[in-house]
Amino acid sequence: MSTTQTLTIAPAGTWRLDPVHSSVGFEVDYLAGTFKGHFRDITANLVVDGKSALIEGTAKVASVDVKDENLAAHLQSPEFFDAERHEELRFTAEDVTLDDDAVAVRGEITMKGITRPVALAGKVTPPIADPYGNERVGIKLTTTVDRTEFGLNWNLPLPTGQPALANDVRIVGDLYFVKAD
Amino acid sequence: MKILGISGSLRRDSYNTRLLGAAAGLVPEDVEFEFWGGLKEVPPYDEDDDTEEAPAAVAALREAIAGADAVLIATPEYNSSVPGQLKNAIDWVSRPLAMNPLRNKPVAVVGASTGAFGAVWSQAELRKVLAATGARVVEGEVAVGHAPTRFDEDGRLVDENLLEQLEEVVTSLIAVAVARCTSSEAPLASAA
Repeated sequence: MSTTQTLTIAPAGTWRLDPVHSSVGFEVDYLAGTFKGHFRDITANLVVDGKSALIEGTAKVASVDVKDENLAAHLQSPEFFDAERHEELRFTAEDVTLDDDAVAVRGEITMKGITRPVALAGKVTPPIADPYGNERVGIKLTTTVDRTEFGLNWNLPLPTGQPALANDVRIVGDLYFVKAD
Repeated sequence: MKILGISGSLRRDSYNTRLLGAAAGLVPEDVEFEFWGGLKEVPPYDEDDDTEEAPAAVAALREAIAGADAVLIATPEYNSSVPGQLKNAIDWVSRPLAMNPLRNKPVAVVGASTGAFGAVWSQAELRKVLAATGARVVEGEVAVGHAPTRFDEDGRLVDENLLEQLEEVVTSLIAVAVARCTSSEAPLASAA
């Protein structure tokens, strides 16, 4: 039986996000299926100092990528993310716990100007050397938040009276970091 | 700072148009209040007509909204909902959704009716429609019920409580528009 410990998530130093191969997306039940989207413009840093680690990141609301421009406009409107007033989603975490390759992260997420605590879980891919002389680590994190706690309250009643859109939204971050120093 | 006033009623002696007149009288001196009177000329929405060159009344409405910093709509209630011609005009303006001039525009809704409830259901539905267009719908309601008893012979709103409520809504609308104008993202529309 393993014991949860705080271990070094990666070699000490600053790790920058590889924005091309990384993704930050969301999944939410809508009508009879699961609707998915992601943000094209994302940033993140991983700073490792001994056994402690800091992860912080942003996603530009205006870069929300779904398969219809009018739907993207709706998601950016005051009914959803309100991109005009709140340009970014933000995430910060200083409580990163590793157990073998499983990682647990406690931090804060900010959407629509509202900051709330959040717990994420996922997996870490140990550092590897890529073919271009860089060191890389991968961290996949997921969590589920209630969007209404962040003021994203839009819904549409179905003929049955049930809401068309679920409140629980799964956030999935697939982050590739490259060692910067 | 400019507020565009749109009455959802076409009738010459409309109580909703008078309600807008009362709102115009409540704005500070440095705020311009412009009535838009072209609603009757807006044709029925037809996607075949929704081309690059919009019908003149539609183009005029789009331009008027784009040139205003905020919009105040006074709506009557027909069959528990928004009058068709007003909804039709909003449908025109809202397309294409991603570029429509109501996006992020501060908008407030008030209403008058001859019945007891002051167009509250129409107002609620209109707020829902406006939110769907991407407008920044400002909280606050003015429900002028029994409208014939609330205005004097010259068409002035004489109910003190309603005047106070109207002033609150207008003040909120202006505050949201000012906050938006002072951000770098949305310069003063009326100065553009």
